[in-house]
Amino acid sequence: MTLVKESGGPASAPGRQAQTQFKGRKRYGELIIITVLRSAAILTVLTTIGIVLALLIPALGFFQQVPVTDFLFGDRWAPRFADASFGVIPLITATIWTTCIALLVAIPIGLGAAVLLSEYAKPGLRKVLKPILEILAGVPTVVYGYFALTFVQGTIFRDWLKLETGAFSVLAAGLVMGVMIVPTIASISEDAMNAVPQSLRQGSAALGANRMQTSIRVVFPAALSGIVAAVVLGVSRAIGETMIVALAAGNQARIVGGPLEEGQTMTGFIANAALGDSRVGSLEYDTLFAVGLLLFFVTLLINFISIQFVRRFREEY
Amino acid sequence: MTDPTTTTPATTQGSSHAAAASAGATSTGTGTGATPASESGIDGMGPNNTSPTADSNLTDGADILHQQPGMTVHLTGRAASEALPEKPNGIIRCEDVNVYYGNFRAVTGVNLDFGFNEITALIGPSGCGKSTLLRSLNRMNDLVEGARVEGKVTFQGADMYAPEVDAIEVRRRIGMVFQKPNPFPKSIYDNIAYGPRVTGMKVSSMDDLVEEALTKAALWTEVKDKLKQSAFGLSGGQQQRLCIARTIAVKPDVILMDEPCSALDPIATVRIEDLMHDLRKEYTIVIVTHNMQQAARVADRTAFFTALADEGTGDRTGVLVEYAKTSKIFESPDDQRTEDYISGRFG
Ligand SMILES: Nc1ncnc2c1ncn2[C@@H]1O[C@H](COP(=O)(O)OP(=O)(O)OP(=O)(O)O)[C@@H](O)[C@H]1O
Ligand SMILES: [Mg+2]
Repeated sequence: MTLVKESGGPASAPGRQAQTQFKGRKRYGELIIITVLRSAAILTVLTTIGIVLALLIPALGFFQQVPVTDFLFGDRWAPRFADASFGVIPLITATIWTTCIALLVAIPIGLGAAVLLSEYAKPGLRKVLKPILEILAGVPTVVYGYFALTFVQGTIFRDWLKLETGAFSVLAAGLVMGVMIVPTIASISEDAMNAVPQSLRQGSAALGANRMQTSIRVVFPAALSGIVAAVVLGVSRAIGETMIVALAAGNQARIVGGPLEEGQTMTGFIANAALGDSRVGSLEYDTLFAVGLLLFFVTLLINFISIQFVRRFREEY
Repeated sequence: MTDPTTTTPATTQGSSHAAAASAGATSTGTGTGATPASESGIDGMGPNNTSPTADSNLTDGADILHQQPGMTVHLTGRAASEALPEKPNGIIRCEDVNVYYGNFRAVTGVNLDFGFNEITALIGPSGCGKSTLLRSLNRMNDLVEGARVEGKVTFQGADMYAPEVDAIEVRRRIGMVFQKPNPFPKSIYDNIAYGPRVTGMKVSSMDDLVEEALTKAALWTEVKDKLKQSAFGLSGGQQQRLCIARTIAVKPDVILMDEPCSALDPIATVRIEDLMHDLRKEYTIVIVTHNMQQAARVADRTAFFTALADEGTGDRTGVLVEYAKTSKIFESPDDQRTEDYISGRFG
């Protein structure tokens, strides 16, 4: 009783006063906005959970029939054959080839373009180049795919360079995929570098650093988290890119030993199989989801590694 | 601050000079202990006050200051042996310098010589082009879009805007400290080591160089145990001293400072002013300041700028009004505008 009195008594007097003084109207507009934003956030989370479940349930069906170890470590991928085999290694090798080739193209060119735009280009040039870059990012991938198949593989590799290669190669697919990713990496890392305060560049210049030194030693580390985000997005796009590899990398699932060989990537298989006539609930159908789930985990892992990397090396301003 | 004897006599004097001295005394009062009492003491006042009219106000001020050992450094600074020459010897020399931003002429017709191992203050109302002129003294204006310098700026006799001159080399010889502390997002150690590394200085021991620079910037004792920590963990005043240390580390000849204390509290300000006095032995310093007391305390010479309407365009452009020894500028300026500005009637 005393306790109630003590807390309620002296405190309530000014409290009541304050209440009467500040009694205001409810801000309905704000309430609506908060509700809308909150629903958007919840919707995003629900969608993600939905995707994971949609992948997980059929994939679990798959793994009831095929042991996980056979799937992950088997080196023969032949889901449609009579003596079906579900070793995913061939798909992984093709994905690694196309992704690495793409990144070898996209990271240096993308980051170079970003440094050029943010550190060297005059504002006028920047205003012109940046939108062009962003338009490039919007070209449909099927266009890139046919470009890789007919021009890069067909015309350049076979007709001009007379390379010993078939109708498809992971090199052609990877190179074109790299070009496709350049704008993504360039644009996002340029934004990050542009956000680095001008005062840091001035400080560096005042010590006798040239532009390149300032870019590499001050701007780059300061923008690292944005740059890594750009690269990770690039990696994710490379791994997840479907149309280009489906068209130009080939659809023979076998272990890829060199850049001029053809091979089916994980996404290439999904695209191919999805076009086929596998019955819902069949083992072949579930295979799609097992590979999809694997892709999902790989992307997740890359994101996780990148976060650790940024934590370790970021120079936050 | 707590010692009444330092403040009361000064405040009883109505004149602005005394007020200036008083503000000086009070703020150093808080910083006493940071500064060792100068042996040169009040003697240094002699050569600095060559004008026979060295008026009673300032003498009074100096007397007050004499009670504060730390303060003697501030108004006198210079030992008798290194008397301030009548004319600056012109380690940096501006001849008819105009600075433009696009078509807008921000600074017009400046002729100004800076003295070797002297502290020169640039004062004047906001927008009169002090920062603009300062940036043209080490070609920092090259980084500003549309900025263009006309006329001649020489460093040790060499035209620093000559086509064959490398702006980067100019900036290595003439460093700059900015208004807002701008440490790099790196460790304290790396902040200092950055300049020597990028300029390819031959350094026998980077550790020693870092220690030397931090010691000169009066920061060593505060940070020696956390050299590997981020510079962003330092206070504003420490960050500014770090930026000064960083500048010292590349061993420039001249240090330009653009309102280096404007973001700092009085104690940190006093520390930096003390530091400038120490640095003068080895470096030439040019400082832009809005703080009259600061100019009076630290500068050997003071240049007063103002903005005038251009006859042609009507744009306001910065001009040099008066340049003389600080004592003269603050005691008996030739130009009425200087007097008005110093005494707070204008600007
Ligand atoms: N980057 C710029 N582009 C265009 N005009 C500028 C630029 N920087 C300064 N100015 C103009 O040049 C004139 C002088 O500016 P400056 O910064 O040199 O003045 P200041 O004397 O340093 O002023 P403050 O005391 O407020 O710092 C001002 O009219 C300003 O608007
Ligand atoms: Mg300024």
